[in-house]
Amino acid sequence: MAKQTLGDWIKPHPTGIYVEPGDFWIDPSEAQGMAVVTHGHADHARSGHSHVMATPETLAIMETRYGEYPKATPMAHGEIARIGEVDVGFVPAGHVLGSAQVVMEYRGERIVASGDYKRRADPTCAPFEVVPCDVFITEATFGLPVFRHPDTAGEVQKALDALHANPERCVLIGAYALGKAQRVIRHLRDLGHHEPIYIHGAQEKLCNLYQDLGVDLGELRLATGRKKDELQGTIIICPPGALNDRWSRRLPDPITAMASGWMRIRQRARQRNVELPLILSDHADWDELTQTIEDIGPKEVWVTHGREDALLHWCMTRQIKARALNMVGREDEDD
Amino acid sequence: MRAFADLLERLVYTRSRNAKIKLIADYLIGTPDPDRGWALAALTGELDFRTVKAGLIKSLTEERVDPVLFKMSRSYVGDMAETVSLLWEPRPGAEPAPQDLRLSSVVDRLMALSRAEAPLQMSAYLDAMVPTERFALIKLATGALRIGVSARLAKTALAQAFALDLDAVEEVWHGIDAPYTALFAWGEGTAPQPSHEDIPVFRPFMLAHPLEDARVDLSQYAAEWKWDGVRVQLNHVNGETKLFSRTGDDVTASFPDVADAFQIHGVIDGELLVKGDAQGTADQGGEAASFNALQQRLGRKTVSKKMLTEAPAFVRAYDILFDGAEDLRALPWEERRRRLEAFVPRLPAERFDVSAIVEADDFDHLAKIREGARSAAIEGLMLKRRDSAYIAGRKVGQWYKWKRDPLTADCVIMYAQRGSGRRSSYFSDYTFGCWTEAGELVPVGKAYSGITDEELRFLDKFVRGNTTGRFGPVREVEKTLVLEVAFDSVHSSKRHKSGIAMRFPRIHRIRNDKPAAEADRVRTLEAMID
Repeated sequence: MAKQTLGDWIKPHPTGIYVEPGDFWIDPSEAQGMAVVTHGHADHARSGHSHVMATPETLAIMETRYGEYPKATPMAHGEIARIGEVDVGFVPAGHVLGSAQVVMEYRGERIVASGDYKRRADPTCAPFEVVPCDVFITEATFGLPVFRHPDTAGEVQKALDALHANPERCVLIGAYALGKAQRVIRHLRDLGHHEPIYIHGAQEKLCNLYQDLGVDLGELRLATGRKKDELQGTIIICPPGALNDRWSRRLPDPITAMASGWMRIRQRARQRNVELPLILSDHADWDELTQTIEDIGPKEVWVTHGREDALLHWCMTRQIKARALNMVGREDEDD
Repeated sequence: MRAFADLLERLVYTRSRNAKIKLIADYLIGTPDPDRGWALAALTGELDFRTVKAGLIKSLTEERVDPVLFKMSRSYVGDMAETVSLLWEPRPGAEPAPQDLRLSSVVDRLMALSRAEAPLQMSAYLDAMVPTERFALIKLATGALRIGVSARLAKTALAQAFALDLDAVEEVWHGIDAPYTALFAWGEGTAPQPSHEDIPVFRPFMLAHPLEDARVDLSQYAAEWKWDGVRVQLNHVNGETKLFSRTGDDVTASFPDVADAFQIHGVIDGELLVKGDAQGTADQGGEAASFNALQQRLGRKTVSKKMLTEAPAFVRAYDILFDGAEDLRALPWEERRRRLEAFVPRLPAERFDVSAIVEADDFDHLAKIREGARSAAIEGLMLKRRDSAYIAGRKVGQWYKWKRDPLTADCVIMYAQRGSGRRSSYFSDYTFGCWTEAGELVPVGKAYSGITDEELRFLDKFVRGNTTGRFGPVREVEKTLVLEVAFDSVHSSKRHKSGIAMRFPRIHRIRNDKPAAEADRVRTLEAMID
């Protein structure tokens, strides 16, 4: 019999990762029987699964978005469960509140699926933990050396500087409703901005949930329905899609900002009509991606999605075996 | 340098034309000579450093960064200067550039650089600068800024900054070299308006609006053919002749045959054409080859003897701006036309003729004549108000262009490449093909314009989701999507496998409704060659 290849018990599909000896999927994009979900973003957490296993925070986020699941198993960080013949554990990924890497052990092999992750400090979630393993399944959203996210506080400070320089205007920040919005708000508070922050209606539920789960966001108010003069000199957070929408036309001459890793590329910012780009992402930048692979030292690297070509090339130059899994529908254009 | 870098940075993120003009104007007012002059030269594309080219920046970067990663990044970002500014890895311990490093000292240094010194000086600059300065430096050093600011916009800002008349700025512009201290002195009222009576300077062209669905009264408008060549201005004064393109570029060196033949004091406006056989009939003027023939001679710094004999150029005159030193531009078109008809016969007949007036009974008759004109050298008709003065730019109601309707064909998208500029990182350049009689799909053209942003997103998604092969930056896609392509004409071409080439192809619409098998055949396109 031919020698077994590393990780051959894991079957990558364009719609998710199937773990055969446990008969479960990781982040499936179609409804499945048993789904292990790394975090609450819609491209990873879908509705319709019969049984979901995730961290309590991720389950709370999924419930807020989709309603209750028929069966949900909460898994705290560090807890280990046996599914079929596989031992499954969750460790923090540092991406958004509740985000986790999935650690799987079977037949003496350890495989870690990172989900989405970042390495830098985020006051709204637990930091990424390095788990040595045989195969590291990573994302590569910002897998090109042009992507280097600057210091987060410095980027958020830009919004405050713009606000103070233009007291008759408002600063409208486009930020993804889950994770990014709350992180920006938390950083604004840490930089000493204690005035009420106005939010778009689509972000209210998740902001409330974050507050319930112990992330203090200070006083938030809904922006909709306010008079122009009330919003002068304020910071308003909205989903990226609302930046150039009819909704934003009622605001007092907004300075259009967007908090996203893509803002590193000038033309990307131009394409979105952004005047004040804030380079701030919940995904690892190039240095974090490569540093993480070095820290973990896996025998193999599998890349789920993103700019995988460059990361595969980088692995090759360091004699690390690597392959692309070509997952579809996971392009975080807004992050 | 910091102020110039900040200006570029802010221009990149500013959408509104007026806001851009204000940013530039404020910079020009607040910055001393000669820095502001060099900045203006950069914005108007007038800077050229012999020893610093894009290739040098590329090879310097490849010394610092893995060439494969650099290439992937460049393809993704869509702009060399931006890519390098983002991924340049400074030499450890490199001293940062002083805050007050002047733009002019960088420009002086770049000008004085020898080919041997260039690599060392450029890497020293790149090491010392922050990313925004690196971006500005590379843009500055390698020419094309491509930040959404045209030369015209920069001159508009200059005019606005110092309350000057824009046409007057255009007029004196071409006689003054960067850093334009005489121009700023005029603007600030410390010196008179510069004058160029004795040198052949560019005079801004009068341009036309598309006619679209409007009709005009032929008693007020005269019609003439619109020739498919290159619009040029010929200027002779004081023993010197210059040829300028529509954008004011000096193209004298590409057409020495024409320049040498224009030896009478004056300025005329006309169409530069190459003699050939596929061309207007005798009553239209005759003897002009298609644009394809002319293309062989465009953009060449020197022209071979062979080319001069095989593709001799001539000018079909449309208008006259100066007769001797006399400025005719304020005269009505009819009067200028009489002066033109008297002027051109004094020039060598094998190099110059006058574009014929198209006589028609009425507008409908003219429409019929236009439809009947199938010569490849004719683009359509021009309609000129009989009393129009020669005014720089596009003035409403004066001149109209009435192009022939475009031809169209249904083609299948075969390959795609990422675009640059505003469309960077989107797959926005498409190669498309038609069917041969043997049932093979062969490329017939490439287009990157004509689509809305929404269509762009659709096509980008299609390319990403239907990639079947990768060749460097090029993606091959499933041959399933039909694009309706519009183009001005078709020519035979030895360079293309299909044997044909389209002139000015653009995407007309996406034909989601049409199966690929029903796209047009190459034979259909061949039938359009005229």
